[in-house]
Amino acid sequence: MDNILSIVTFIPAIAAGILALFLHGDDAAAQRNAKWIALLATTVTFLVSIGIYTGFDPANTGFQMVEEGGWLMGLKYKMGVDGISVLFVLLTTFIMPLTILASWNVTDRVKEYMVAFLLLETLMLGVFMALDLVLFYLFFEAGLIPMFLIIGIWGGKDRVYASFKFFLYTFLGSVLMLVAMVAMYADAGTTDIEALMTHQFSSESFSVLGIYVVGGMQTLMFLAFFASFAVKMPMWPVHTWLPDAHVQAPTAGSVVLAAILLKMGGYGFLRFSLPMFPVGSAVMTDLVLWMSAIAVVYTSLVALVQEDMKKLIAYSSVAHMGFVTMGIFAANQQGIDGAIFQMLSHGFISAALFLCVGVIYDRMHTRDIEAYGGLVIRMPAYALVFMLFTMANVGLPGTSGFIGEFLTLMGAFQVNTWVTAVAATGVIFSAGYALWLYRRVVFGDLIKESLKAMTDMSSRERLIFAPLIVMTILLGIYPSLVTDVIGQSTAALISNYDTALAAADAATQTAASH
Amino acid sequence: METTILFAPLVGALLCGFGWRFIGEKAAMWTATGLLFLACLLSWIVFFTFDGHTQQIEIMRWIESGSLSTSWAIRLDRLTAIMLIVVTTVSSLVHLYSFGYMDHDPQWREGESYKPRFFAYLSFFTFAMLMLVTADNLVQMFFGWEGVGVASYLLIGFYYRKSSANAAAMKAFIVNRVGDFGFALGIFALFFLTDSINFSDIFASAPALAEEKLHFLWGEWTAIEVICVLLFIGAMGKSAQLILHTWLPDAMEGPTPVSALIHAATMVTAGVFLVCRMSPLMEFAPGATGFITFLGASTAFFAATVGLVQTDIKRVIAYSTCSQLGYMFVAAGVGMYSAAMFHLLTHAFFKALLFLGAGSVINAMHHEQEMTEYGGLRKKIPYTFWAMMIGTLAITGVGIPLTTFGFAGFLSKDAIIESAYAGGTGYAFWMLVIAAIFTSFYSWRLIFLTFYGEPRGDKHTHDHAHESPMTMLVPLGVLSLGAVFSGMLWYNQFFGYTDKVAKFYGIPLAEETGGHGEAASGKTHGEVLADDGHGEAKSDRGEDGYKADKKHASFGGEPGEGALYMAPDNNVLNDAHEAPKWVKVSPFVAMLLGFIVAYWFYIVNTTLPARLAANQRPLYLFLLNKWYFDEIYDAIFVRPTMALGRFLWKRGDGKSIDGFLNGVAMGVVPFFTRLAGKAQTGYIFTYAFWMVLGIAALVTWMSIGGGAH
Repeated sequence: MDNILSIVTFIPAIAAGILALFLHGDDAAAQRNAKWIALLATTVTFLVSIGIYTGFDPANTGFQMVEEGGWLMGLKYKMGVDGISVLFVLLTTFIMPLTILASWNVTDRVKEYMVAFLLLETLMLGVFMALDLVLFYLFFEAGLIPMFLIIGIWGGKDRVYASFKFFLYTFLGSVLMLVAMVAMYADAGTTDIEALMTHQFSSESFSVLGIYVVGGMQTLMFLAFFASFAVKMPMWPVHTWLPDAHVQAPTAGSVVLAAILLKMGGYGFLRFSLPMFPVGSAVMTDLVLWMSAIAVVYTSLVALVQEDMKKLIAYSSVAHMGFVTMGIFAANQQGIDGAIFQMLSHGFISAALFLCVGVIYDRMHTRDIEAYGGLVIRMPAYALVFMLFTMANVGLPGTSGFIGEFLTLMGAFQVNTWVTAVAATGVIFSAGYALWLYRRVVFGDLIKESLKAMTDMSSRERLIFAPLIVMTILLGIYPSLVTDVIGQSTAALISNYDTALAAADAATQTAASH
Repeated sequence: METTILFAPLVGALLCGFGWRFIGEKAAMWTATGLLFLACLLSWIVFFTFDGHTQQIEIMRWIESGSLSTSWAIRLDRLTAIMLIVVTTVSSLVHLYSFGYMDHDPQWREGESYKPRFFAYLSFFTFAMLMLVTADNLVQMFFGWEGVGVASYLLIGFYYRKSSANAAAMKAFIVNRVGDFGFALGIFALFFLTDSINFSDIFASAPALAEEKLHFLWGEWTAIEVICVLLFIGAMGKSAQLILHTWLPDAMEGPTPVSALIHAATMVTAGVFLVCRMSPLMEFAPGATGFITFLGASTAFFAATVGLVQTDIKRVIAYSTCSQLGYMFVAAGVGMYSAAMFHLLTHAFFKALLFLGAGSVINAMHHEQEMTEYGGLRKKIPYTFWAMMIGTLAITGVGIPLTTFGFAGFLSKDAIIESAYAGGTGYAFWMLVIAAIFTSFYSWRLIFLTFYGEPRGDKHTHDHAHESPMTMLVPLGVLSLGAVFSGMLWYNQFFGYTDKVAKFYGIPLAEETGGHGEAASGKTHGEVLADDGHGEAKSDRGEDGYKADKKHASFGGEPGEGALYMAPDNNVLNDAHEAPKWVKVSPFVAMLLGFIVAYWFYIVNTTLPARLAANQRPLYLFLLNKWYFDEIYDAIFVRPTMALGRFLWKRGDGKSIDGFLNGVAMGVVPFFTRLAGKAQTGYIFTYAFWMVLGIAALVTWMSIGGGAH
């Protein structure tokens, strides 16, 4: 299959089209059909995407399975994967069938709901595969829309406020990115990402409006992209949309948001910021490292005092993303390997945690921690699963959560011990908030009347968790599954980055000596 | 075989935890226990057949990233072998004991199945502990380190209905995490400097690290000092040393077998093991080891003082554990790692014995733990009484002074006190001797309050006090053997002459031994000894030339060659053997002193303790409230942290960030909200459609028209 990437990307969209055009009515049968078609489509997508994994050659650090062609109005359609992106593709196809399964009890506008999720999958996959600037931008921005709708239509009480906050935050960020893209095109004359990665953007410092810009164009472009990616991550202090969005989103929406959408920011840093604006990145490294360390501590502290389960996990997500940005901008092998690993691992763990909330939300229709307590007595299987993912969330060795944290901290230590020490306190705080949550929800005596009739997880719910459990433990004890795939590409990325910095350094020195 | 030892408990945990529904509770519990006994048997075989040469057994790849390369692997050397027998022996006995102790636990209701879960946790703990001690790199050790932390968390909080148990479990995990924070930073620093975290590589680069500088936080430091202190912070957490000790007494919320296994014999000694394992680094870090000695001595003293006034039988033993761990750290700190391991081994036997004995008492007394409710139980539970008595004789260090004949604790504790003297720190020596007085006092106090005098408390309970079943008495018997004989049996290997100890650990003797011998041939032994300038014991050494030579052999080899490394200038073992007589007798005197006072207080004049407590009320309260550590920590760490969290949430996120952004988007947000309010949800699709179109148009314009040159 020469065009396996396109096939994988568009299967969900085609299924969405079929649903939208051919499925009529809103009765029980139509709802059931919509669910089954969505499940089938996402499962097939996952199965086909395994072909990408098996066909991928980790030793080759360039783009593979590249497809190129014209598109409307002279735009270029170019897709491909490398070691950095391939596992995000798989993460996406892996998570989506689980989110459909998790939505099995949706009764409101099922068809539209499934269409939104299927379209979202196509757009997310496109982000990770697009090798053309315009194409990337389209996928990146359009991906907001289904998510916006998922929150806005199927969300909780304050869904409108949350969805607009989410939308504005991310959209305003991307306007700046758009400007930078225009500038890039003007400078390089191409929108091909592969070509842009080898293009050297000017890094000559200049003054504008009385401000002396070290690193020149590169720094400005970096900042423009940063505005967009930092919001997506989200990084402190532009994270406040995330807790609101999570709280209002339906369970499956939260899962996709945490597991995949947040990863686009990190992916963007690796695809654009470091390779295309090395000098700009280097100039900003300290700032980003400190923002990451602050994010870890700040959001962990905030998570400690949350009363809403989803908010707590949302803040914990921000803290974990702090490790990712820290690892990326440590710009060494352990740091970036760790960052990618952390993103993948967080994809499984945060998904599972939001699903854990979903399981009891479905029964009690409240996310208030106060409303629970003593669930272990009625729900032992649930207690076990929740415990496992709580421990994975605090980075217990043996789970995937540990490897990412450990590698990113190890990478950061080589660059800045202060940042590392501050961020490493996150391992203490995470234990605090995660165990405190677990204790209040699961442990204790079951005295609340309303909880006495709780039932343990159904087989559908167990089926959703099983793959996540397997992945969390498997990656924890055999992380080579990931590092073997990404290692060479990471190494190439770093060596290009270092070469570019050295070249820029030499150029500055020559300029100075003249 | 080593692999079998390692994984048998894991298999047991999984079979028991998940399989009991299929094979039944009893079968599941016996499976876990049987596998543990198998591991125990194999461990003893390994211990006795081990030849002293370090072996590495690779199991599977683990974390690989650039130059970082770690595997799941077993490092088998003498340290590992010692820990294997300690862990598997105590664990298998505790498994057996739990059959009796956990039967009909009143914490549970009719029909609730808790026993398989308990056994699964115990086996899982054992697996994690074995991972810790067999690790051949720091990350695998960290895996075991945190793994035992989780097992400990689960077992402390085993009675999950009890709020106090849940709080204690969380506290244990979080305080340990503070230690782990230091441990992790130590690992990072090591990797940064040596490009490896495998023991063999780290040890080989130890001398270089001693020369290197590391910029860490605010200053330039000698690299190895920073690393050793960071690693020791990890050890402080796990081994409940001062500052990070507060979790251990609370951990007594867990069932008693757990206290015996995890919070006395094995997990809490992991910190000591870590310091011994890292001996090749520690030997080059005089500052860090000085700190270890200081902190160990302070902890030994502090915990012993608190133990004096506690009335909960388990808490007394918990503080005793804390204090004994301090002893071990002193030994390791002064460079006498072997003595630390010696005490670790003997302590595992007698402290597990004391805890299990206490469990037997608690079982007999219907889960009453207050010693004020005990009294006169000697006749009611004679076997338990004798077991506790042996444990007490061992911990207080009863033996014949100046010989190597005595209970286990007599030999190992004396070894440490002599090492502390020889190590040259008067502070450590005196702290330990004073702590030995207290140890003797609180241990005998426990015995007198529990087994002697008139029965106090609920008469009904006393009438129905009964001896425990065989499953509980057999472990007590086996551990009693250990508490009596383990000291005498292995004295030579752990604390004998240099050549014996060196052979035991696979440490080569220094080259100078040969040279020394040649030089000595020209002189009389007396002259050689005189050269060394040890006046005190010269006369009796002169009598036996051979003995003197052996005494003067010194450890050699490169760092990492044997299981322990002792620098050429580390002469503590020899010096300890040559310590003055008054030093060697001092722990014995301390023991007697403590015993006499306890006898006087609790047998002769039983009203005295209450009067003393009333007279010295502030001091009494100070000790009873454990020097107010918990209250202070609550005031300076816990509350401010929560307050800060609340502040950042409401003020930081709410007022500042959202407030700022809302301000900027003042016109925008309300506009959109109004729009959304008007827009029925059905229109959102239309809206979205226009949005897509808008983006597409913008991009098209940019790429075709706007951006063209």
